[in-house]
Amino acid sequence: MNVADVVSSLGLEVLCGADGLDREVTGGYASDLLSCVMAGAAAGQVWVTLQAHPNVVAVADLLGLACVIIAENVRPDEATVARANERGIPILSSAETTFTVVAGLVGQGVSGASPKHAR
Amino acid sequence: MMGETQEAPVRKQPLIERAELTKVQELVYELRVEQVMTRDVITCTPDQTMSDLKEVLRLNRISGVPIVDQGQMVGMISVESLIKALEQGEADHLIGEKMTRRYQSVRADDTLAGAVALFARFKYGRFPVVDADGNLVGILTQGDIVRGLLRQLETLWHSEEIRRYRASHIFEDIESEQTTLILRYHVKAQDFVHGGEASSKVKRALERLGAHPQFLRRVSVATYEAETNIMIHSHGGEIIVEAQPNAIKVVAVDTGPGIEDVEQALLAGYSTAPDWIRELGFGAGMGLANIRSCTDRMQLTSVMGEGTRLEMVFDLTVGSGE
Repeated sequence: MNVADVVSSLGLEVLCGADGLDREVTGGYASDLLSCVMAGAAAGQVWVTLQAHPNVVAVADLLGLACVIIAENVRPDEATVARANERGIPILSSAETTFTVVAGLVGQGVSGASPKHAR
Repeated sequence: MMGETQEAPVRKQPLIERAELTKVQELVYELRVEQVMTRDVITCTPDQTMSDLKEVLRLNRISGVPIVDQGQMVGMISVESLIKALEQGEADHLIGEKMTRRYQSVRADDTLAGAVALFARFKYGRFPVVDADGNLVGILTQGDIVRGLLRQLETLWHSEEIRRYRASHIFEDIESEQTTLILRYHVKAQDFVHGGEASSKVKRALERLGAHPQFLRRVSVATYEAETNIMIHSHGGEIIVEAQPNAIKVVAVDTGPGIEDVEQALLAGYSTAPDWIRELGFGAGMGLANIRSCTDRMQLTSVMGEGTRLEMVFDLTVGSGE
């Protein structure tokens, strides 16, 4: 399954980073705390969040995430969009809540992994 | 050639998958027709017969040729015209009678993008290529374009491989008692727009040096957290990466208020970040804990009112990188 499949099956809006729509999706992670994402998300995963500032792209880029889904129609600012386009990281938008987006992903067979670092 | 279809059928362009074609799209604007065209053009003359044409097409396995009369291009003829002529028993008619005089050509210095547009607009199999004076200098098929693009992509791929090779062998190529590559990045205070950029650059540099993905992840996560700390808590600072053959040392130094209780700061969940920073998803109190779990050794020293220095060492053991 790649990002384009996720877009079509969940009815998401591609806001930017369309260059990365062919990235392979290996799993998912959801959190709004960047440090938790840094510690817990793995390369190739979909990240569902409510954050929409440029650091979201930095985190996704550093971890090699497949894409970012921003829930509840929160819109990223211009700087975020520009950076995502530059890095080719798709930012997708959903009107649904994080919970519903994650449920939709699970329905498509996208699974999460146990956190690597127990707290 | 123009005889195949008189009206120019404008086909609706298919929606191309942007993701896969970006590099190719770039190339079609860079490459010129003369870089991909076939230079040895097989031609016929107007006084040859359609029967002669049949042999030329058959022997060369082509489906059309330019017609040249005393060095001047005068028309085009294709296999369609030949079939029509043969059907009507006109094998002995002269090419000059059957050829298309109003042919569509493409300029040698046109971009491939221009040529691709022509192929989309006219459904011809090939276009004669002419220079600025209208002289025939080559012939262009869609196959020529595809081959040219593939060749160029391969060249690009090769040079990228060579760059990567050179970078990753820097420590072997340069002889010294101890080789250290030092990379320095400035981090501005409160600059959330550019937050994470230093870490991204560090990651890319180490990628170039041939670091293993797992190792790269450890360095990236720790460097990002250190960069974020400088951005949120200090008055600005620097990330200094020292790359050695057996270890990477990342030092994050800042001028800032300093940390009052270093031991407490290292506890997971402890944070001094204000609410507005937390709302951005920072300040979870996990930064230093993340750093600790990613590094092989770390040392945090701080002087109140002066600044903080965080030293992180990542050992390059066998299997974790080069």
